[in-house]
Amino acid sequence: MPSPAPKAYARLLDEVGPVDAVGIEERVAKYATRSIKKSAKVWGLKAAVSMVDLTTLEGKDTPGKVASLCRKALRPHDDEGVPAVAAVCVYPSMVRHAKSHVADTGVKVASVATAFPSGQAPLKTRLAEVRAAVADGADEIDMVINRGAFLAGEFGEVQDEISAVVEACGDAALKVILEVSELETYDSIRLASFLAMRVIREGDFIKTSTGKTSLNATLGNNQVMIEAIRDFYLDAGVAIGMKPAGGIRSAKQALQFLIAVKETLGDAWLTNERYRFGASSLLNDLLRQLERERTGAYQAPYYFSEAAESY
Amino acid sequence: MAILTQDKRKAAGRNGRPLPELIFGDLWEFDPAPESADPKLKARYDLFVGGDFVAPKSGRYFDSVSPGNEQKLAEIALAGPADVDAAYQAARRAFEGPWGRMPGRERAKYLFRIARLLQERAREFAVAESLDGGKPIKESRDFDVPMAAAHFFYHAGWADKLEYVAPGRKVAPLGVVGQVIPWNFPLLMLAWKLAPALAMGNTVVLKPAETTSITALKLAEIIQDAGLPPGVVNFVTGAGETGAAVMNHPTPAKVAFTGSTEVGKIILRALAGTEKKLTMELGGKAANIIFDDAPIGQAVEGIINGIFFNQGHVCCAGSRLLVHEPVAEEVVAKLRQRIRVLRVGDPLDKNTDIGAINSREQLEKIRALVDSGVKEGAQLFQPLCRLPSKGWYFRPTLFTEVTQSHRIAREEIFGPVLSILTFRTVEEAVEKANNTAYGLSAGVWTDKGSRILKMSTELKAGVVWANTYNKFDPASPFGGYKESGFGREGGRQGLLDYAQLA
Amino acid sequence: MSRLPVNKTAKVYVGGAFIRSESNRVYPLKDAGGAFYANIPQCTRKDLRNAVEAAAKAGPGWAKRTAYNRGQILYRLGEMLEARKAEMADAVAVGGAGKAAAAREVAVAVDRLIYYAGWADKYEQVLGNVNPVAAPYFNFTVTEPMGIVGVIAPDEAPILGLISLLAPVIVSGNTAIALASEKQPFPAIVLGEMLATSDLPGGVVNLLTGFRKEMVPTFASHSHIRALAGVAGAEDRKTLRLGAAESIKRARLIKAEDKTDWSAASAQSLYAIRDFLEFKTTWHPIGA
Repeated sequence: MPSPAPKAYARLLDEVGPVDAVGIEERVAKYATRSIKKSAKVWGLKAAVSMVDLTTLEGKDTPGKVASLCRKALRPHDDEGVPAVAAVCVYPSMVRHAKSHVADTGVKVASVATAFPSGQAPLKTRLAEVRAAVADGADEIDMVINRGAFLAGEFGEVQDEISAVVEACGDAALKVILEVSELETYDSIRLASFLAMRVIREGDFIKTSTGKTSLNATLGNNQVMIEAIRDFYLDAGVAIGMKPAGGIRSAKQALQFLIAVKETLGDAWLTNERYRFGASSLLNDLLRQLERERTGAYQAPYYFSEAAESY
Repeated sequence: MAILTQDKRKAAGRNGRPLPELIFGDLWEFDPAPESADPKLKARYDLFVGGDFVAPKSGRYFDSVSPGNEQKLAEIALAGPADVDAAYQAARRAFEGPWGRMPGRERAKYLFRIARLLQERAREFAVAESLDGGKPIKESRDFDVPMAAAHFFYHAGWADKLEYVAPGRKVAPLGVVGQVIPWNFPLLMLAWKLAPALAMGNTVVLKPAETTSITALKLAEIIQDAGLPPGVVNFVTGAGETGAAVMNHPTPAKVAFTGSTEVGKIILRALAGTEKKLTMELGGKAANIIFDDAPIGQAVEGIINGIFFNQGHVCCAGSRLLVHEPVAEEVVAKLRQRIRVLRVGDPLDKNTDIGAINSREQLEKIRALVDSGVKEGAQLFQPLCRLPSKGWYFRPTLFTEVTQSHRIAREEIFGPVLSILTFRTVEEAVEKANNTAYGLSAGVWTDKGSRILKMSTELKAGVVWANTYNKFDPASPFGGYKESGFGREGGRQGLLDYAQLA
Repeated sequence: MSRLPVNKTAKVYVGGAFIRSESNRVYPLKDAGGAFYANIPQCTRKDLRNAVEAAAKAGPGWAKRTAYNRGQILYRLGEMLEARKAEMADAVAVGGAGKAAAAREVAVAVDRLIYYAGWADKYEQVLGNVNPVAAPYFNFTVTEPMGIVGVIAPDEAPILGLISLLAPVIVSGNTAIALASEKQPFPAIVLGEMLATSDLPGGVVNLLTGFRKEMVPTFASHSHIRALAGVAGAEDRKTLRLGAAESIKRARLIKAEDKTDWSAASAQSLYAIRDFLEFKTTWHPIGA
């Protein structure tokens, strides 16, 4: 096992700079005070729909469930003006089922891989899983970093593993999940973002979380990561994408995340090529709010397909 | 509002590729989001004396104009010497009467009532404040009005615990107090002044600034609703002459002033032969110091908040940025990006970040100082955001290549204008920061704890914000060193300035 | 034939050195019986300016001393005065005070120094505090010295009045330029000698003698003097405050007509220290 470089954490922190937690919280609180109305709201809601990685990651997933999810992904709503989502996100065993429904539609198939969500499998196994998913037709791979190695300061190992996955991806895009809740501090989230960005490619993503731990995407950790993307871009000229995942359930939240993007990264990131939402129930709330804007009436949740709410 | 860039940086970056740039354009333009709550303004406001709204003895009124669109909002009574005298008589009667005899716990309840009534009508007050003063509704809504209520709430609780204000001594109220406040935080400054004075058991004659009288007179309605005994609080409106009458009247045992150092000196001279107690909260030219190990992203936010909060109409604004040379280029580049995102315009739009300049006169003053900066050789940067055609507005402005001797590095601009200087060592930062007659506030950004405490000790300023800027709280004393004034407002220290030691 | 005593040349203590006025002017001091006692330096505004320069030099170092150290130095000054109380009592008696009264005044002056010496490492604990702000910040208020303070001593109680004004000023790390009583300057001349043998760094206390009428306007207008402590009549108070206005100087003036009883317990107070302190409030975020 490689031993950590001496003072690896302190040296990287010195290089990329620290984050003040209270300052970040105050910055993102201001996004929540933005008031998005009328056509701006419709634009934002549609953009958010187009950025959704519609996700099902359950032990009970079946080809049938995936088929239904794909239909929803392709045509979220009767309204022709509502775009398709960016991708469907499934376990590796479901990739070929998903692919059969969305091939050549523009909707991508994303697969979590690398022993999702823990990542606790031998590297060989994890890489094999990535190759299998790509072979089955996955356009995008969502991997998890080795948090244990990161927290132990073994940054070389973290990066080597990511590099190996990049290679295994071939033409598939890669999304690197930092699992922010396990990194705990904003400093660590910024450091991990840089570690990942330095070994991935333009068009790849960094991603907050698996959705399987206590804390997922927040405006705070989204902000830390998009600032890291901004700083990396301005320094290296390489544009990395961002995917907050888990915990974004309402349209209102999604708009706040997009405002953060607009004001931090600018217009070039307001596209699903550079920004995604990893979510399942978010889509229906976006649709509800779009319908509300179209008709002027608030909508019952069960008007929309695949609704989880049964009340 | 399309945001154009004026950044002329066109040089090729590494590998001959153009340098990466962020685009803050109009791909996703926000629709207008005007705050619609009714400010419930009257067409005409009289003076508030002895618990009643009374017409000025002169019969004269002046217009209060909205800086956002230059429209007349209301007529405000012009108080002459006779009106000021009547107000002081009412205040003296109240002090010698019910208020002076009232136990602290009962005074407390009146202040709690005021806090609550203000919270209940918060949105209405916020709209009135933004209309009358030009500040963005999100600031009046999220800062000025709730903070004003918090000041009443905090000080209310002191009224029956005054034996803890000055350990070892008994305290007593001074009597009648005269107060003159500025236009930058009309309601909040009023709360800063009224709440401690009343908690301590004084009675008050207060003059709001002539361009921003409305929320004071709306607060008079709350004071009536709270059932405060007549004369405990009196508001006389008008301009400088009225202010002079308030300050120079023989009745008050103490006068408190917040405003420019220039006017502060006039008041001090006028009162030199009297034994009146004084507090002065005057101007500033604060240094905001960024070290190379600082959390740069948050420092940039802090710089932005430090200078553009309330259009820079803040006595403690971080108007002199001192950047450590190793990060100067990065910080300036990030500031340029950041100010492109600021939304300048209608104060009542919920998305406005920078509202209207309070008056035409202030706008002219800002313009003159900015012109002097250009003439003296500093480099100006402004985003080319569109400004509304009516109303008084000024673009957020950065000056680089500023030296210590430039007027824009020495004089208080009181507008959205940041002067950027650099430094190399800790000692140089301290020297530059302290190289001013002012001493109200300072900012320090560094990840090194011991350096924060060292800087905090060395900086001659009454408030030091470390890794933050422009934070306020009723429990936190505020006030200046040197020519930024004396006395404190807020906290235990502020209360003592409204007391005499028995 | 009896021995002829050697008289002391009166010099003022400025910047840790004994000087006569730069003007070389003196005025004769007569004892209560009207006999010539000594020539007292008639200091000028240039002497005041030089004293301010000396104070400015000494100030940062004095303010950086630990509170414990400042307390010990004030205590040491008390020791010096106690040891030479007879000499000081003689100096006080020059102005006409009876022997017993002069001795009493000196004893109280010693006690006053001890009182303020004890405050050195405590006033901060009583006057400063942590403030519970409604946001994730650690917010605390501490005191700091103002800088250079001009002290104008009363004519009554020439040593006790002077020390009662000086001690609360310097205990917190301020420096002082004191103008001694015009009528009874000799105790200040003697005090200078005691200061020189205490551990007080030169320049922290600078003592001037001379005419009020000449000196007060400069005390008022010198903008490097950040505060004024003193006893003054109505006219001087107005002059001092007018000058103070120009540089927003803090003026804590006691009315001469109030005839302060300097030996009373009320003549010493924590709040006399507070009068020459600035309050500084620091905010810092609490976050990991």
